[in-house]
Amino acid sequence: MDEKNLRAIIEQVLAEMNVSADVDKVAEACASTSAQVESGEISDITTIDIRKQYLVKNPEHGEEYAELKAAAPCRLGIGKAGARYNTLPQLEFRAAHSAAQDAVFNDVDMDFVESQGLFAVQTQCDSKDTYLTRPDLGRKLSPEAVETLKEKVKMNPTVQIYVSDGLSSAAVSANIADLLPAIMQGLKSYNIDVGTPFFVKYGRVGVMDEISELTGATVTCTLIGERPGLITAESMSAYITYKGTVGMPEARRTVVSNIHRSGTIPAEAGAHIAEIIKIMLEKKASGTDLKL
Amino acid sequence: MHEVILSVGIDIGTSTTQLIFSRLTIENRASSYTVPQICIVDKEVFYRSKIYFTPLKSATEIDADAVKKIVRDEYRMAEKQPKDLQTGAVIITGETARKQNANEVLGALSDLAGDFVVATAGPDLESVLSARGAGTDALSKRERTTIANIDIGGGTSNIALYEKGTIRGTSCLDIGGRLIKVQDGKITYIFPKIQRLAKEHGITVNVGDRADVNDLMQVSRLMADQLAQALHLAPADQMHNSLYTNDGKPLPETPAVCGVTYSGGVADCVYGTDEKEVFQYGDIGVLLGRAIRENKALNRVQRYDALETIRATVVGAGTHATTVSGSTIRYDEKTLPLKNVPVLRVSEEDEASLEMLKSSIRSQLPLYQPEGAMEQIAIAFEGKKRTSFAEIQELAAAIIESAKEVIESQYPLIVVVENDIGKVLGNALNVMLNNHKNVICIDSIRASSGDYIDIGEPVAGGQVLPVVIKTLIFNS
Repeated sequence: MDEKNLRAIIEQVLAEMNVSADVDKVAEACASTSAQVESGEISDITTIDIRKQYLVKNPEHGEEYAELKAAAPCRLGIGKAGARYNTLPQLEFRAAHSAAQDAVFNDVDMDFVESQGLFAVQTQCDSKDTYLTRPDLGRKLSPEAVETLKEKVKMNPTVQIYVSDGLSSAAVSANIADLLPAIMQGLKSYNIDVGTPFFVKYGRVGVMDEISELTGATVTCTLIGERPGLITAESMSAYITYKGTVGMPEARRTVVSNIHRSGTIPAEAGAHIAEIIKIMLEKKASGTDLKL
Repeated sequence: MHEVILSVGIDIGTSTTQLIFSRLTIENRASSYTVPQICIVDKEVFYRSKIYFTPLKSATEIDADAVKKIVRDEYRMAEKQPKDLQTGAVIITGETARKQNANEVLGALSDLAGDFVVATAGPDLESVLSARGAGTDALSKRERTTIANIDIGGGTSNIALYEKGTIRGTSCLDIGGRLIKVQDGKITYIFPKIQRLAKEHGITVNVGDRADVNDLMQVSRLMADQLAQALHLAPADQMHNSLYTNDGKPLPETPAVCGVTYSGGVADCVYGTDEKEVFQYGDIGVLLGRAIRENKALNRVQRYDALETIRATVVGAGTHATTVSGSTIRYDEKTLPLKNVPVLRVSEEDEASLEMLKSSIRSQLPLYQPEGAMEQIAIAFEGKKRTSFAEIQELAAAIIESAKEVIESQYPLIVVVENDIGKVLGNALNVMLNNHKNVICIDSIRASSGDYIDIGEPVAGGQVLPVVIKTLIFNS
C-alpha cells in the first residue's frame, strides 16, 4: 500500500469516527512504523517436530510425558496461557491448517505430471469449486477424457494404474516420484503386465470404476491424495479393485493409506502395493472379499 | 490375524541343563487400511523341565549322549515332537562353552530339537538372554531407571545393564558358585583365578584342604566385592580386570546403576534366607549368595526381585531369542530356513557414500572365503539415509556390483537392513538381476559384524520371517 492510499484510508476512518486530527502526521507515523524493517530471520515454525515439542512449564512428570509424546505427533503438552493456547502452538496450528487448505485448493503442477511421464485428463468438474461441491461429477470422466484415454492407453491391461489429485495436490507432488516407479518395478519383478499410467485432474475415488470399465483392466489402482489433516497435508492412499464396475459396493475396494514420508515411506509402500496386486490377481478378489 | 508359534529353549550351563517350551503369539498391530506391522505380542512359557546337573564326561568334555537323552525325555514328557517347534535356541553357556566338544553337542542337538532351532552361545548373548528372562529389561522400563541383572551361575556371572528398557552394556566375570567344589567336608576343586584372588588377600585355599566355612565365606566375600566393582559400585582393585571372562570388557561407567536383579542358580541363595546346610550343593553357592546379600556396596542400590532366577537363561533363550522381521520384505521361500549365516556389516560411516559402501563390501568379502570359495553370508547395513526410489536403485546397483562373488555363488543374496526399505530394495535387486538370483531382503533387523543370523520359514501368512541374531558364538 502506498502512502497516498494510506492517507486516504486514514482520512476516511477519522471522518467516520468524527474526529479531527492532523492527517498528515498520522499518515507519516503509520508509514514510518510500517516501513521499519527488522533485520534477522523468523524461524520457519513448520519445521518444528511436534513429537519433540513439550512446552509445559514446571511439569511434575515432564520426562515421562515427553517420552509418551515422542510416540505420536499429537498436539498435547503444549502449555497454555490462561484458557488459551500459547502463541507458538497457535501459530503452528494455523500453519498446519493453511498447509491443509493449500493442499486442497492448489492444482498439481502440470510440469510435474509430465516429468513423471504422465499425461492429464479431467473429470466432469471444471474447477475446484465444482470439484468440492459436486462429488458426483468428480466420479465421471469428461467426454474429452474418454476420447483421450481411448486413443492413448493400452486396452485390456492386467493392471491399470493412474494418479489423481483427490483432496491433496501436495500428496501427488510429494509421493508420486517414489511411489509410482516402486509399484511398476514390483509388478515387473512379478512379471505382471501394466497399462499406460496417466493423471486425472479433479478426481474422486469412484472415477476408477469408469476407468476400469473403459480400459478393461483386471485390476485398477488409483494413487490419490487423501483429505489433509493437521499432521500432514501430504498423505496419499492407494485404492485397488479387482474387476471394478460402476455402481459396485464400496466394500470391494482395498485401501493402503497413510503413505507419506512420516508414515509408510512411498517407495516401500509401492513395493507393498505391487504385492497386494499380485495377491489380488491370484485370489481374484478385492476389498473385504480379499483376506490379505 | 493371530498366530501362535512354539519355541524351545535349551540351556546347557556349567552346572545345570534345562529346557522350556513357550508359545509366542504373533499379531498384526496395524489397521486393515495400512501396511501391516506384525510383532510378537505375547510370550508364555507352558512347559518347564526338571533342572538337571549338566552331564560331563570329564572336566573338558560334555557328555553329548546324556544331554541328548535329557532333551529327548523332556520332549516326550511335554508330548512335543521336534517338528512342532517353529523356533527356539539351544545355548551352551558359561564355562561349559569352553569345553572341547561344545560345538559337536550343539550340532547333535540342533537336529534333534526341530527344523528351526538354533545353536548359540557366547557370554554377551547369555547376559542379554538371562536379563530378559529375569525381566530386567521390562522392570527398568517400568521403573524408569537403570537396572543391572547379574546372572550368577556355576562358573560365570553374566551382567547386562538396562536403562529404561534399552540395553546399555554387558560383561561377564569368572565368578560363580561352583568355582570351588566341596565334597565330604573337603575342597575338591578350585578355579585357578579364584585361588589367586584369595591368595592376593592372604587366604590360602587348596584342593584337598578341609572346607572351612569361615575361610570360604571370606573368599565368597571377595567374589561379591568383585561383582560390586563390576557394577562400578566400588573402586576396582588390581585383581579386577583379570576376572573378566576371556579378557572381556567391563560395563560402561554411565549410565550409573540404580538397581539390581539377580538370576542364575546362586540368585536363589541371594534372595532366600533359609539355608539348611552351607555345602548342600557341594559348592560355595550358598556362601556366595549370602556374601552378595550382605555386601555393603551392592546394597547401596535397590535390590529388585527377578521374574526368573535359576531358569532365567533358559526362559530367555526360549522366549526372547526369536524376533520377527519387518512386515514388508522380499524373500524366496525355497531357500529357507537358513542357519548360522555370518554377517558382513557395512558400518554407518561407510554407508555415507556408495563408493565407500562398495569398497567396504569388497574389502570384507575375502574374510568369508577361507578356502578361496565363497561361503554363505548376509550383508547388513542401516539404510537410513536412502529412502527415495532413485536412491534405492543406486543402492541395489552398488550391492550387486560389489557382491559379485555372492551373486555368482550357489548361495542366495541375503541383505539385512534396519530401515523399512526391505521390500523395495529386494524388488530392485530382483529386477536388476533379471529374477535369476534368489534374493532375501529383510528389514527392521539390526545385525552387527561378527554376528550370525538364522532366518526361519515364513509365519503370519508369509508376511514375516522369524529371525534369531546370535552374537559371538564362543567368545574365543
